[in-house]
Amino acid sequence: MNFNADMCLACPSFDCLVKCQYLGLGFAEARREIRKIVNGEDSPVLHGCKTCYACEEYCRYGNHPFYLIVERQEEKQILPAPKPIIKRWIQTGELTGREPEIKPVKEPVISLCFFPQLVPLIQGKLFEGLSIICGRHVFCNVVYLHFGKPSVIKERVPVIIENIVKYGVKELICFHDECYGLFKSLAPAYGIKVPFKPIHLFEYLYNKLREYEKMIKPLNFKVAYQRNCSTRLTPDKEHFVDDIFELIGVKRVERKYDRENALCCAGIIKELGYPELSEELQRKNVEDMKKAGAEYVVFNCPACYFTLAEKVSKLV
Amino acid sequence: MSGIYEALAKIVGEKYVSDRMEEKYFYSRDQGLTEPCKPDYIVLPKTVDEVQAIVKLACKEKIPIVVRGAGLALTGLVRPLKGGIVLDLKRMDKILEVNEKSRYAIIEAGVTTGKLKAYLEHYHPSLRFSIPDAPPSATVVGNVVIHGQGRLTQQYGFNSDMVCGLEVVLPCGDVCRIGSCSISPYWFSKGPPLPDLSGLFLGWFGTTGIITKIGIKLYPNKKIRDVEIFVTDDENLVPDIIARITYTEIVEDVNVWTQPYPLIYKGIHHITVYVTGDSEEEIEFKRKIVIDSVRDYIKRKEGGFILLTPDIKPVLLEMPQSSLTRFADVKRGGGFQYAGPIIPIEKYPEAYRRMVEVAEKYKTTWAIASRVIGRGHCMMFGFSFPFNRIDPSDMERVEKALHECDLIALELGGAPWKAEIPAQQEILKRMDQNTRKLIGQIKKLLDPYGIMNPGNWEVD
Repeated sequence: MNFNADMCLACPSFDCLVKCQYLGLGFAEARREIRKIVNGEDSPVLHGCKTCYACEEYCRYGNHPFYLIVERQEEKQILPAPKPIIKRWIQTGELTGREPEIKPVKEPVISLCFFPQLVPLIQGKLFEGLSIICGRHVFCNVVYLHFGKPSVIKERVPVIIENIVKYGVKELICFHDECYGLFKSLAPAYGIKVPFKPIHLFEYLYNKLREYEKMIKPLNFKVAYQRNCSTRLTPDKEHFVDDIFELIGVKRVERKYDRENALCCAGIIKELGYPELSEELQRKNVEDMKKAGAEYVVFNCPACYFTLAEKVSKLV
Repeated sequence: MSGIYEALAKIVGEKYVSDRMEEKYFYSRDQGLTEPCKPDYIVLPKTVDEVQAIVKLACKEKIPIVVRGAGLALTGLVRPLKGGIVLDLKRMDKILEVNEKSRYAIIEAGVTTGKLKAYLEHYHPSLRFSIPDAPPSATVVGNVVIHGQGRLTQQYGFNSDMVCGLEVVLPCGDVCRIGSCSISPYWFSKGPPLPDLSGLFLGWFGTTGIITKIGIKLYPNKKIRDVEIFVTDDENLVPDIIARITYTEIVEDVNVWTQPYPLIYKGIHHITVYVTGDSEEEIEFKRKIVIDSVRDYIKRKEGGFILLTPDIKPVLLEMPQSSLTRFADVKRGGGFQYAGPIIPIEKYPEAYRRMVEVAEKYKTTWAIASRVIGRGHCMMFGFSFPFNRIDPSDMERVEKALHECDLIALELGGAPWKAEIPAQQEILKRMDQNTRKLIGQIKKLLDPYGIMNPGNWEVD
């Protein structure tokens, strides 16, 4: 894996752990624990990590502290979640049965990852002319970072990439943020070649909206944006949220839990075995949206939407 | 049997009696795997007087009578094995009384679960009854006669335990009231403090009399209903998890389910736990108690709660749960049947393992959907097989598999539920001989000519 131990140990801030919203470590403790992790020793961090991915963004050097934590969890057979939950997830993406019939499709192509229920959303002027690919055979598998199973990702991703290539794709619009995170951050960190250019949905939308700029009627809504875990893998594209909001006349409300201080939707945290913490984080998120005066909430990730939609609809 | 048609027409009116081929075809079967048996007549009475008159006629002419609600048992319990009259009670569909304070409803035998549910939602929204996961066309009486279960079964036992009075037409034609309603206008108890005679009719599949009215207990209908799913991949843990959850005494319904497809479910036992409350605070409190009850398993990483997405929750909260019927068409042939034996909770692991072996032996797919009965006193272990109706070999394999599941249930100390004829015979074979004798004596006493749903619970 692409990780520079010397650079990590020489870090002046250990932001990856100091800024962690869950572990509550000071500088000295953070330095001690990160050293243990780098040296392959056990650490409470490996057991207490809530897998929010945020340390990937906190690291100023792009040195992949979260990927390292996940590697170590697997090496030491530390289960971040109950065994049946991990099993359930791994089975979800298992590539079994008949090989999918893949034929080249007309570009531009959008991947809906493994969310077939979202296919009907790809309609209207903004999505005109797009070919859709979707299914287990193009499932990014990034979710296994939550479950200390990078080996599953490493095993499946080359097959997934091969499948996408078979579609004749040179540029791939990623509806799912985790897919983008895979192609832009995780696969390169694992030394897996990505022979096409990933384009984030937000970048695609921004460019489309620019094309139709004259037709846009400002919405004049106050909107809260809910960041998701995988945005931490590729924070460079986050500016598109503000760019799009500006184009469509939407005000992004100032939330306590936004941008670098975003708070996990906590769907996965429930599955990791912290149901009360999950409830608390969800409540904090929704109350924060409300306090900020949001009329609507925009989610980047379908899983965050699934997790928070019911609570948001009751409170916002 | 000349003149029977005319006699029946005289009782119920020409419109409500039939001996036409197409109707005989329909009334000769249910949706399960048993062989059809054609009736000679189909009659749809409207009143208890008409039922009485029909029974007296049948008794005089020694004609078999089979009573039918919606005919949804799937195990062929309402097939006229020896011909005769099928008495369809659908026209007797009046909801006669709802007592809000003593929480019961008095209804006629043809009232469907769908109708009672809709009626209560509209007129008595603070009350509910134990809705089974059968289609809403299932009748309340049909469900209790087979000792069905429903959404309140974990709290209050079999749906037949929730009966609080009966009106029965005996095989001789007499009308008889059972329970408090035999001495009072109030239908608050099916027996106590009197001798409990309801056991002469519940679970007998219409072989001892025809239930024409029923008192059914109603329960508070809380404003909010919510659901959580706890999962484990070790079937051996399921009994203890159930024991812990039911020990809390605060959950509504507890179901256990697993199936091999889609892959996400494979080898995973899902324990669905429902809670109800009048406020979010009540729900939160109950949810916390439930989480606490299984926390050890979470800490040991042996089990955990899964995230329920907004598209799944409504499916789980639906009553009855229509998604279950989708399994019926897995093989694109529109058929399914299940062995639903009642087993001790501790037998879940063995029942699971052995019934999966049966499915593998007969090369058929399967799904388990079980329901805890009482506060963990036992469970209905629903082991379902889909089949393709145009594939006789598929149907034969499933029939054999079902029979083997019944035998396994008996071996494990359980009892087949709504047992079809071969399973009834297996039960009677194993039954204490004096109990079997008593069943025979009761049947003979109440139905000396053997006209009531003959072929069922036959001791000799």
